Amino acid sequence: MKELIYLDNNATTRVDEEVINEMLPFFSEKYGNPSSMYPFALESKIPMEKAREQVAKFLNAARADEIVFTSCGTESDNMAILGILKAAPEKKHIITSAVEHQAIHTLVYRLEKEGYRVSKITVDEEGNLNLRQLREEICDDTALISIMWANNETGVLFPVKEIAEIAAEKEIPFHTDAVQAAGKVEIDVQKVGVDLLSISGHKIHATKGIGALYIKRGTRLRPLLIGGHQERARRAGTENVPGIIGLGKACELAGKFIDDEVHRVSRLRDKLEAGILEKISDTLVVGTRKLRTPNTTNIIFKYVEGEAILLMMADKGICASSGSACTSGSPEPSHVLSAMNVPLSVAHSAIRFSLSRFNTEAEIDYVIEQLPPIIERLREMSPLTPR
Amino acid sequence: MWQYSDKVFEYFRNPKNLGEIENPDGRGEVGSDACGDLMQLTIKVDPKTKVITDAKFKTFGCASAIASASVLTELIIGKTIDEAMKITNEDIIKVLGGLPNAKIHCSVMGKEALEAAVNDYLGIEQKKFEHEEGKVICNCFGVTDKAIEKAIREHGITTVEEVTKYTKAGGACQSCHLDIQEIIDKIRLEGKK
Repeated sequence: MKELIYLDNNATTRVDEEVINEMLPFFSEKYGNPSSMYPFALESKIPMEKAREQVAKFLNAARADEIVFTSCGTESDNMAILGILKAAPEKKHIITSAVEHQAIHTLVYRLEKEGYRVSKITVDEEGNLNLRQLREEICDDTALISIMWANNETGVLFPVKEIAEIAAEKEIPFHTDAVQAAGKVEIDVQKVGVDLLSISGHKIHATKGIGALYIKRGTRLRPLLIGGHQERARRAGTENVPGIIGLGKACELAGKFIDDEVHRVSRLRDKLEAGILEKISDTLVVGTRKLRTPNTTNIIFKYVEGEAILLMMADKGICASSGSACTSGSPEPSHVLSAMNVPLSVAHSAIRFSLSRFNTEAEIDYVIEQLPPIIERLREMSPLTPR
Repeated sequence: MWQYSDKVFEYFRNPKNLGEIENPDGRGEVGSDACGDLMQLTIKVDPKTKVITDAKFKTFGCASAIASASVLTELIIGKTIDEAMKITNEDIIKVLGGLPNAKIHCSVMGKEALEAAVNDYLGIEQKKFEHEEGKVICNCFGVTDKAIEKAIREHGITTVEEVTKYTKAGGACQSCHLDIQEIIDKIRLEGKK
């Protein structure tokens, strides 16, 4: 097997052929600006609104105009948090979790420097959220709660419905970063009762450069990008029409494939995980195996460093990722694993495998076969390996 | 993905002098698994000529850490202790055909492993790494906010580039530049009060 075996779908995904086909006419045929005043503009405007409905349906939003298109998940997250804070300038307290994606993690770090007080709800060793602490941290000064739905590194799912109930009781806006949950678990914004929810196109087989923010009707929010009246003046800037069309289609497909994700993909993930744990000694899974996304497993290979594993796997055509220092561009180990009290000595040895509907059983068998000699070789090189 | 040179990949895939010398004359271990890298160097030294006759390494770390350690062993074998001590991290980088900015610390670690092994051989007690006070701002070179503040005040620094010049902070991966700028801003505001 020489082709690429892509097990890094939490980083980005392959764009679905159906998504590409849907997008193609909007580059050189129907390229009008949706805001222009001639029928040609409607040829992009009407499909754009159809895409909005597709996204709304996928999230079970009550109305399509609760969906605002953005450029990415990070923008959606920034728009939600900064937009809420600007709309309630008297409040200076933010509640989030200790394991958020950088889009939230680094943003609140900056806000802290600007004078905001930030409470980061802790997680236990399995990555489960401390709900009691969440209740205790809420105060009159709390402007918003932003807690992710699914963790990007471990796949651990948070109890968003319970968080939403706690937030609603205290009338505090609740935003969730659902970038890693979309397409993997059922998302129903009404059932959960969330006020704001971020998704990203390229994580669900649409293109990079497109995201969306669900804003429940009535939520007080100031815009981040200011300029034209696009997106009902909530997000200025000419719309990324092809990206939006693609996101709409990707959402429709994600809804269609959700059962496949839950059953087939999770079975492949379980097979991969069991195979690795059985064939390679001194390995362990990070995070609870009960409540997590069906496609993700994060495995520690003791005594060897993540980047070295990734590069050796790459020689065999296998793509995965690590939260370790060397790959993320920052020498600090993953804040997610640190928050879970994973000892630093093994946090650098964690590899995340994330599958998609495009993965096959043959690929998983191949990875299970190729990994043991790679780990063995690197353990030979490591001074940490017990002799 | 780091843009490693072919040489780095070559040494990563087929490292030279991998292993550990039994009963070595000098042993150095630097870095720590907590910061993601650990390098172990063992050397054999001819007691008469002071020539390093053999060197082996083991590394827990990324491709460039493994490659740097391997290059180091090649550079020191056949050299006298004095000659070997003149080897710098830049010599390692040169053999590797360059290293990405954020990986320069791997070559620095090679140099430190050599110093530790030679000190062990000479019977000099390894200098305990003293933690400077303050919070580490530049992770690549381990520079704290206190050290940066001190440099800014002493040299009247107004730009991030100058901070890098005086303290090395921000000289590699550059992800701390915003933090350094904030320290500069803070001190400038103090001056205005």
